[in-house]
Amino acid sequence: MTAGLSIGLVGAPLLLGLIGLLLPARNRPDAAALGIAGAALSAGVVALMLLQYTGPVESTRPWVAFGDFQVSLSSLVDMRALLTALAVTVVAVCVQVYSISYLKGDQRYAPYAAQISIFTAAMLTVVLSGDLILLLIGWEVMGACSYLLIAHDRSLPEAPRAAVKAFLVTRVGDVGFLLGIVLLAVKTGSFQISVVLDKVQTLDSTTVTVAALLLLAGVAGKSAQFPLHTWLPDAMAGPTPISALIHAATMVAAGVYVVARLFKLFEASPVALTVLGIMAAITLLLGALAATAADDVKRVLAWSTVSQLGYMMAALSMGAVDAAMFHLFTHAAFKALLFLCAGSLIHAVGSNLLSRMGGLRKGMPLTFVTMSIGLGALVGVPPLAGFFSKEAVVASLHDKPWLWMAALVGIALTAWYSTRLLLLAFFGPTPEGVHPHEPAFAMRMPLVLLAIPAAGLGLSAYVVRNDLVHLDGELVLPLGLTAAGLLVGWLMCRHHTDPVLRLGRFGPFVAGGFGLDTVQRWLVVVPVRAVAKAVRFFDVSGVDGAVMGLGGATRSAGSGLAAWHRAALPRAFAAVLGAAALLAIAGVTLSLVGLW
Amino acid sequence: MVSYLLLWTLAVPLIGAVFAAVCPDRLGRWVAAVAALLTFGLTLALGVGRQSGMWHELDWAWVPEFGLRLQLGVDGISFPLVVLTGLLTLLCCGYSIWHTPKPGRGNILGALLLLIEVGILGTFLAQNLVLFFIAFEVVLLPMAAVIAVWGGEGARRAALKFALYTLAGSVLLLIGVIAVVVLTGSGDMVNPPPLSRDAQLWIFALFAVAFAVKSPLWPLHTWLPDAHTEAPTVGSVILAGVLLKMGTYGLIRVGVGVTPEGFAWASPVLGVLAVAAIIIGSLVCLVQTELKRLIAYSSVGHMGFVLLGISTGTQAGLEAALIGNIAHGVLTGLLFFLAGAIKDRAHTGELSELGGLREKAPWLAGILGLAAIGSLGLPGLAGFWGEAFAVLASYSRGGPLWTTLAVVAAIGGALTAAYLLRLLRKVSHGPLAPSLSTAADTRLVEAISWSPLVLLALVLGALPGLVINLAAGAALITEAVGK
Repeated sequence: MTAGLSIGLVGAPLLLGLIGLLLPARNRPDAAALGIAGAALSAGVVALMLLQYTGPVESTRPWVAFGDFQVSLSSLVDMRALLTALAVTVVAVCVQVYSISYLKGDQRYAPYAAQISIFTAAMLTVVLSGDLILLLIGWEVMGACSYLLIAHDRSLPEAPRAAVKAFLVTRVGDVGFLLGIVLLAVKTGSFQISVVLDKVQTLDSTTVTVAALLLLAGVAGKSAQFPLHTWLPDAMAGPTPISALIHAATMVAAGVYVVARLFKLFEASPVALTVLGIMAAITLLLGALAATAADDVKRVLAWSTVSQLGYMMAALSMGAVDAAMFHLFTHAAFKALLFLCAGSLIHAVGSNLLSRMGGLRKGMPLTFVTMSIGLGALVGVPPLAGFFSKEAVVASLHDKPWLWMAALVGIALTAWYSTRLLLLAFFGPTPEGVHPHEPAFAMRMPLVLLAIPAAGLGLSAYVVRNDLVHLDGELVLPLGLTAAGLLVGWLMCRHHTDPVLRLGRFGPFVAGGFGLDTVQRWLVVVPVRAVAKAVRFFDVSGVDGAVMGLGGATRSAGSGLAAWHRAALPRAFAAVLGAAALLAIAGVTLSLVGLW
Repeated sequence: MVSYLLLWTLAVPLIGAVFAAVCPDRLGRWVAAVAALLTFGLTLALGVGRQSGMWHELDWAWVPEFGLRLQLGVDGISFPLVVLTGLLTLLCCGYSIWHTPKPGRGNILGALLLLIEVGILGTFLAQNLVLFFIAFEVVLLPMAAVIAVWGGEGARRAALKFALYTLAGSVLLLIGVIAVVVLTGSGDMVNPPPLSRDAQLWIFALFAVAFAVKSPLWPLHTWLPDAHTEAPTVGSVILAGVLLKMGTYGLIRVGVGVTPEGFAWASPVLGVLAVAAIIIGSLVCLVQTELKRLIAYSSVGHMGFVLLGISTGTQAGLEAALIGNIAHGVLTGLLFFLAGAIKDRAHTGELSELGGLREKAPWLAGILGLAAIGSLGLPGLAGFWGEAFAVLASYSRGGPLWTTLAVVAAIGGALTAAYLLRLLRKVSHGPLAPSLSTAADTRLVEAISWSPLVLLALVLGALPGLVINLAAGAALITEAVGK
């Protein structure tokens, strides 16, 4: 039963997505219907599975075997998988509906909607898969859909470049991911997650650590962790609903999910957990700092995503899997909401830049309210969702003071940049030429729908499982820092002058992520290109040069010999006589010596 | 009864070639296409009545003095390649009915394609070394003619290079074949007579060089970019799609089958060269400026994965090589069809003069996107299995050398992604290039010739067992374990 439902869960959006790819590009109504139907069917199936849930179920059937290595079509359905699937499908439905209005007039709506459906199927594959190869397939197909969707907007010249960057940076991480899977499969003899995890104890510690670190490379790429985070801010060139679905709520959270899913492996390697912790601390601070200075509202949110993913990884590094997953769910809700709100702003203003916004609360009350809820949840204002999940994360970090301190500093920074975003966009004077107005119903409805979990998910989760968060004296410090961040933010931005401008040229440097793009460029891109040029030169001049040289030498030797044969009669006659004499001498000598 | 099927599979394209050549142009093209269709049907029919070992066999004395017997057979290793050959020849003959480049004479082109098919099918079906060699050579001249006559500006030169280079390899193959026949008095490939270890070592060395030229294995690959760049579309498709596979197939069937000890001895060298091919092929692609040349070099990298799988000598590695072979044939065949279509429209293959294809021809750009993403080994499409499991097989051999090879090959996978995405960015994305401003979208004929390949790219991605499970029963593969 569960297996059948899992197939339906993944199959529905996949099939409808593939059909959608065959539609004429301009066929909007059918494309939208197929997209929404795929996501909604999946959401329905998840709801059904949640209602029927009695305990973890694993079902497996053989797929293909390479030698002794059996790849199976396995699903491993547990509560965590179902809740993640629910988050994915709900956000997918919202995004499909929202896109109808947001991409009005788009000439290639059919492939767009179809690619979202295929993405949804791929993400659900990652969530449900009980086999590492199947997981890898979902993992990479997600990346491909992300690539296609980032490059969707043909009016943005930077979009294709950003798409390539997103795919390649994650692909670099995925080299590690593949090797990690290969290592585990060779050592345990299986790709099946449950079998592999059961055998972790039998493996030597080096193998476990190497495998965990290799997998972490892939995780860092997908979840935009330092130093492979550089693609995410650029990925904002994609349409805003895509940023909400892929680059905030789901795909980037897949890394967190996979670490949680394979936690038995990571748990067995203290080294890997420490590396994860360091990575998380750097990422969460770096993201939060960069978010303070960005002028593009989507980039603020993108950096914020980087930072929040760092929080989840930090919790994982301390073994607090439930806290990390809790934050993943609330983050999916409020960050998707924030991106869709940002889309609403961009739709009204016609620009992504905060410096082109202001006073929008008057014309756009619904966007204002929902975005305030989203930002409140992000900051961790009680009793919004982020408050509970972030407290759970921070509380889990106590035992590692440096990680805990980083998280606290991050909290203050988050409060600051959220306040800045809210004040600059919604307060102060409205720039000339901007006529704030609420978007169409198809865009408003998802905002309301997502505002509900963004506000209430934390509290309701607390009611169900109050062991996740302890509302006690330890809350004073994080809450105090939140308040301080809000206050300072308000003091600095209340006159609607962007405090970042005072930083001068340092501002764009911070907003660009501290020049790490340049480092990456000089450390990887430029050397690879130089080596490639050298290799091509070697291949053309060296290898092929030898071949052509051999050909040329043969030909000139041939023509030399031919010229030599074109001798005048006397010389030819002399040559014949000479050769005959030579042969005679040779023959006589050989017979005398007795060799012949 | 069944054995005649094997004979017909070779006879039908041969007869078709003769008729197509003597018919007038228009009719001849149709004759060639019908013959290709019949042949494709026959290749499919070979899959009926499977059993363990050889599915169908035929064994007639032909010239016993030379140890030459008309010995044909098909099993799980050759069957997918035979079907792929039938399919690609059919698509190429069909495509040529409406689309024959200058100087026309589509009937002759069709006849030559069928002749090439006879040679390739003969290579895959031959179970006698001498017959194998003859079939291996039959392919050479018609292919060179296709390149020289219907190719681009530098076609004659490229065809000459192709012919001489592969001929040089063939000479070594001939010496190896003669050596085996002389030493054992038999050219039987099904139950190869035992050879002494020393003999195996040097005979395998000869075989390896011959097949390495054909595959091609770095550094014996330089005939390939020239031949591909100058060849007409159908020539490139056949060349990349199935002709290269004669090398990898030969390495498995003859190299591993007849001289297993020699193979085991040389396998580390093969592995190192294969990985060098992956890295060097990818790096050259990264700075390549011409569309067809880029795809040609990508073949060097992809065949590197196939050869890595073979060189491991493990069951997983050989199976990865087989699916990699088929996937490369499908995806690169498709890529060459697409490159040809783009060059026909833009009248240039320079990447710097292309761009914005998706603006004018969204379907063409979409299929190109699929082919490129499949070719970069995206899991879920055909190209993934061969590459990932070649890496796995290499790692499973253990030891520092094979571990390093696995890691470097995996890094090569990332480089592959880099150049294919660069290709897409240059061709599909960005502002519309002037050269493509009047480009038409996919035509019906094109859509029909491409759709089987598109479908196969998806189906083999989802069901790799279609190829793997057939091969798993072949004796050569199961016996390979532990060698």
